Amino acid sequence: MTPTPPATAALAVGDAPGPGGTARAAQPRRRQVARGLFRSPAFLAGALVLLFWVVDAIFWPFLAPQDPQKVFPEILQGPSAAHLLGTDNLGRDVLSRLLAGASTVLTVAPAATALGLLGGVALGLVTGYYRGLVDDVAMRVVDAFLAFPLVILAVLVLTTLGPSELNVIILIGVTFTPLVARTVRSAVLAQRDLDYVAAARLQGESGPRIMVAEILPNVLGPIIVEGTVRLGYAIFTSATLSFLSLGIQQPSPDWGLTISLGQANLQVAPWIVLFPALALATLVVAVNLVADGLSQAVKA
Amino acid sequence: MGAFIAKRLALSLLTLLLVSVVVFLVAQVLPGDIGRTILGPYATNAQVAQLDAQLGVDRPLAVRYFEFVRGFVTGDWGTSYLLQQPVRALVVGHLGDSLVLGLFAMILIVPISLGFGVLAAHRRNGFVDRIISITGLSLIALPEFVAGTILLVVFGVTLKWFPVSSAVPNGDPADIVRQLLLPSIPLMCVLFGYISRMARAGTIEALESDYVRTAVLKGLPRRRVLFQHVLRNSLLPSITVISAQTGYLVGGLVVVEKLFNYPGVGSLIYTSATGHDLPVLEAAVLMIAALFTVANLCADLLYGVLNPRIRLTSE
Repeated sequence: MTPTPPATAALAVGDAPGPGGTARAAQPRRRQVARGLFRSPAFLAGALVLLFWVVDAIFWPFLAPQDPQKVFPEILQGPSAAHLLGTDNLGRDVLSRLLAGASTVLTVAPAATALGLLGGVALGLVTGYYRGLVDDVAMRVVDAFLAFPLVILAVLVLTTLGPSELNVIILIGVTFTPLVARTVRSAVLAQRDLDYVAAARLQGESGPRIMVAEILPNVLGPIIVEGTVRLGYAIFTSATLSFLSLGIQQPSPDWGLTISLGQANLQVAPWIVLFPALALATLVVAVNLVADGLSQAVKA
Repeated sequence: MGAFIAKRLALSLLTLLLVSVVVFLVAQVLPGDIGRTILGPYATNAQVAQLDAQLGVDRPLAVRYFEFVRGFVTGDWGTSYLLQQPVRALVVGHLGDSLVLGLFAMILIVPISLGFGVLAAHRRNGFVDRIISITGLSLIALPEFVAGTILLVVFGVTLKWFPVSSAVPNGDPADIVRQLLLPSIPLMCVLFGYISRMARAGTIEALESDYVRTAVLKGLPRRRVLFQHVLRNSLLPSITVISAQTGYLVGGLVVVEKLFNYPGVGSLIYTSATGHDLPVLEAAVLMIAALFTVANLCADLLYGVLNPRIRLTSE
């Protein structure tokens, strides 16, 4: 075990919630967080919009007025009673494709986020708990990663591996891993010198057990916040990759892909791209408002 | 100061070296057989082997990496597979056009973001602060192609104020605004969020310091405290954020340049990546990494010059 300067330890004790985070202490704290959240109009608005798109992503077959792939004879028509948001260049119903298109981005982004969280939490726990050489090396790699624009890396990797949803998930998940690890690591650093960890160690608990059973429950707050923030970035990135034709392929009604293909008819049928763009805008803004609300509530 | 500069310089070179390895590995090793990737699944093995030999990619990895770095450093960047043009002129030309677009966005948005960040801190936790924070938060989240598409539909197609496809402007100021304003707004949206948030945090920290309390207590007017005491310290952290955003900016340029058909380095990277034009791709990405590293180095040095505390502790 590496010695820690006393200043850090004192700071950590001051910042931490109660040692051990006993069940009795956790209950009112959780209620307090929930109350804070429900008082924030920005969080509530974000949560409602997000809920709407999640429900839509699951139940769109019941919500969409038409089959999103069905071709009607009237092509490139503006909004009308028969097609509320118009039709696209093949005569497909824009509203139905809009409602069906939420499901791809809301599958790829959460899957990528989950992958990044899994790797990042594991890496963060290990680097934060053991510190030393592993820590130094890992953090230098993270810095090198940060120096590289994610979109460029994605273009490089996906054009060589081939565009697919699975590749997008893996790519985003892998790039998120060091970023999540960094957050988890700093949360673990604040915990590792507290009394309950020392007690567990003296009791003879193994390193992995202390990390998972003792420290992990006490750093869940920052992990949840990091998860929502990452989800926002995952939606941003996966939609962008769809737009660059590096993700899901035709004839999916995916929003990013639809916007990319719709550019060809921008002048004659702007509604094809406008509505998916507005839908994506509401989704990403909603996720960010939820993430911000959560981080404010956890900090308070 | 000398030791400080030397340390930063060494770190920058190390980063560049790492990036060159990453670029090389991703571009040359990940695809497996480069000849096969270029020729597609229907070419015969003999054709693939011949192309591999012609491109020199049948040699050992270490040799190829050494050649790649040597070529880059000596200025021999090779010839484009697709366009049969010298890579250097191609990359430098496109980079210049992107720089025009990126600088246009930066020059417009940096003062605006700093101003709103300071204003938000000044009115901390009030209504104005919440509005600025939530706006910044929402704009950060907006993918460039989403903001760009909405702008194109409203100002390009419906109102017809701006062209739907942007060319490199001639020197005329009116033409610069006409060609560059629309594509630069999506970039500015994201930048505004980051920079204003940093300026706000920095200003709040400065407002809470002892020297500001002293200034207020000795009866200086609020405005004078803000401009003469707070801002010099509070805007320091923003320098780092602004330089760090050059990396983001390049990623954003790939998207924006594709959307607006602007012939910059972003669209060059995209077309060379999809066309497996390795010499162009490697050179463009490496140039961007170099630019990014230099920008960060400058920011670090500027920060050190403006803030003696950093310089002194690192020595």
